[in-house]
Formats: sequence, structure tokens, C-alpha cells
Amino acid sequence: MERIPILKMGPFLLVTIQVDMHDRLAMQLQDDLTTRIADTSARGVLIDISALEMVDSFIGRMLANIAGMSRVLDAETVVVGMRPAVAITLVELGMSLTGVRTALDVERGMALLGSAQRR
Amino acid sequence: MRQTRLADLFREQHDVILADWIKALSDSTAARRDLIGDADLQRQARDFLGAVTRAMTSGELDVNAIAWDPVRELLARLSRSRALQGFKPSETATFVFSLKEPVFTQIRRTSTQSDTVGDDMWAVTTLLDGLGLYTTEVFQKTREEVIARQQQEMLELSTPVVTLWQGVLALPLIGTLDSARTQVVMENLLQRIVDTGSMIAILDITGVPTVDTLVAQHLLKTVAAARLMGADCIISGIRPQIAQTIVHLGVDLNSVTTKATLADAFAVALSRAGLSVAPAAAKPAGPSDSAVAAH
Repeated sequence: MERIPILKMGPFLLVTIQVDMHDRLAMQLQDDLTTRIADTSARGVLIDISALEMVDSFIGRMLANIAGMSRVLDAETVVVGMRPAVAITLVELGMSLTGVRTALDVERGMALLGSAQRR
Repeated sequence: MRQTRLADLFREQHDVILADWIKALSDSTAARRDLIGDADLQRQARDFLGAVTRAMTSGELDVNAIAWDPVRELLARLSRSRALQGFKPSETATFVFSLKEPVFTQIRRTSTQSDTVGDDMWAVTTLLDGLGLYTTEVFQKTREEVIARQQQEMLELSTPVVTLWQGVLALPLIGTLDSARTQVVMENLLQRIVDTGSMIAILDITGVPTVDTLVAQHLLKTVAAARLMGADCIISGIRPQIAQTIVHLGVDLNSVTTKATLADAFAVALSRAGLSVAPAAAKPAGPSDSAVAAH
């Protein structure tokens, strides 16, 4: 069974999505991630979707859900590296992911998490 | 029967018809002698009549048949070159129609039985009408191609993304924003954000004449897409009338930073990037400086 790896970097968790997401994989990720946040009491989650070429409303909602769940578990979520086509698709679908923070790349995402941590 | 009769007529009387036609063309006003020289006009007439004669020998009288392909190609070329020279489409069509008169004269002259004359004339009339109308069709198509190309060029020209500073992009929008244009604007902007790794994009709408709910919605979509990629947008260049319209329309721009001028937006962008603009280092005033200034 394929899984998306979740890496721990200091107080943060790093998720890099490198395969096309299908629904079961997304549900699995939701499960794994919430468990890991609770286990490691992580303060932030960084999701790198720079390799993601296609999204649908389900994946969009999953991203929003993950952000919501993380916030409940006291971890900030940053989505980084979204491709232009993916961004346009999400906006056209009416999902602007208002609760999710975004950054251009992993480096800036980490900086964002770091500054949120200090506050 | 009728086909072979007409083909024979065109072949045998070719020279007479051509001479009559060129004479008629030279006298007519639709020939526009100010646009085309004698030699060119005669060459066009000779080429066209030659092509028609050759197509006739195939025995086919339908202008859309394969045998008439060379004729239609010739007419397409002729119509294009004439359009460039400044001919009106009706004048090009008249050029084709004017062949009827010399042909009819020959039909009447050579015919032995009176009942075939009407038949032959009708056949030639439908034929030349079809060809004449074809020239206007080509003219129109050429025009449409030009218009479509210009529209495409305008679309590409009108959406430049400029780099104001490292990490600060500006998009000066000019003209009305419709869905197609917004799509191009959005794609250009997002691609440039990725390419340059910019954190801030300024949408300047000084050149947008009117903002209605649709335009506002397009702007908000662009801002939302840029935000999803991790870049902040600032909208600048909102004129007083447009500010009034936006509020009257009930468009919610609260989620977006808005500034009156591009300069203000740029200042905000710089301060967010941790930069500031200061006057060039002023030398501390002292006796030596005033001495230099005195020179």
C-alpha cells in the first residue's frame, strides 16, 4: 500500500506530495498526519505540492481539512510550491483555501513557520 | 451534350472572347484603371479565361468540383492581391461577372438552334455567379484572418508583467477586462511569480476604464490564485469614480490591500520586503562643503 512519507524536521513536519493524489491516498495522508502531529506534538506542518499537476475539488477540500485539523492540534499549516495551473483550477472551483497559509517554496515556507513559532 | 458544346465554344472562340472582354474591361469604370495597369489587367483576364476553359473541358459545370480547383485557387490569389491593391470586393466580383457579356455574344453568334441558347446562357450565368461570389468569400475570409490575428496580438501585447524590484512584480492593466483577457493576465502573472520567485505583485488598474462586478470578480480571482501560490497582491490605481462604483456595487475588496497610486503600492511592497527608499547620502554640512559649493 503506497503512502506519502511524513518527515520530521525539528518542531515541524514536512510532507512532500510527489505522486498524483487519488482519494484513498488523500484520506490515508489525513489519518497519518493527524496521528503524527499528536505523537510528536509538532508546531507546524509544511505541505510541498510543487510536483502536483492535477487537483480536483476533493483534493482541494482535503488541503483545507488538513489545515483545519492541524489548527485544532495547535500546528500551523503552510502549503508551498503550488503550480499556476493548480492555483487557477482551485480558484475556478471556488476554493481559495482561506484558512491555509501559502508560500512560494519550501525555504520561504519554513521561514514563515519559524516566524509564526517565535510569536 | 451541353457541357461539350460550351467547352467547344470556350476553346474555339477563346481569342475572340478574350479580346472582347479586355476591351469591355478597359472601358468599364469598375476596372479601376487608377489601381491596376493595362498589362496586369490583361494578364489577369488571360489567366482566368484560360483556367476556366481548361476546367470546362473536364465536362463538369459545378464550381465546387475538383476540376475547378485551379480556377478557385487562381481567384483566391487574385482576390487577395486585389484586396491589397485597394479594390473593393464588389469590383473584384464585377471583374468575374463582366465575362458574361462577351461569352453571351459568342453563344448567340455561333448557335444554330435557338432553343439551346437560353440553356447555355443559364449554365454560364450560374457558373460565373458562383465564381464571382467565391471572390467575395475569399475577401471576407482574408479580412477575418487579419482581425483574428490582430486580436491575438493585442491580447499578448496588453498584458506585460514587469519587475519593479527584486521580488516585486507589477502588472499595469490597460483596457477593459473580459474573461479571456483575465485568463491570459492570470496565467502570465502566476508564471512570472514562479519564474522570479516574487513575493509581492502589484495590479495597477489605472488604465482600466470601468470596473463592474465581473471585472472586480476577475481581479479577486487573480488575487486569490496568487495568494494560493504564496504571493501577496496589492491593487493600485483606483480612481475616485471607480472607488465609488465598487462601493455602490457592494463588491467586497476588504481581503485585498488597495492603494490609490502605483507609487504608494510600491512603497508598501518595499516595506514588506524590509527595504526603504532614502535620499542619496547627503554630505554632512561643514565649512569645506560650502567651499566646494561656492565654486
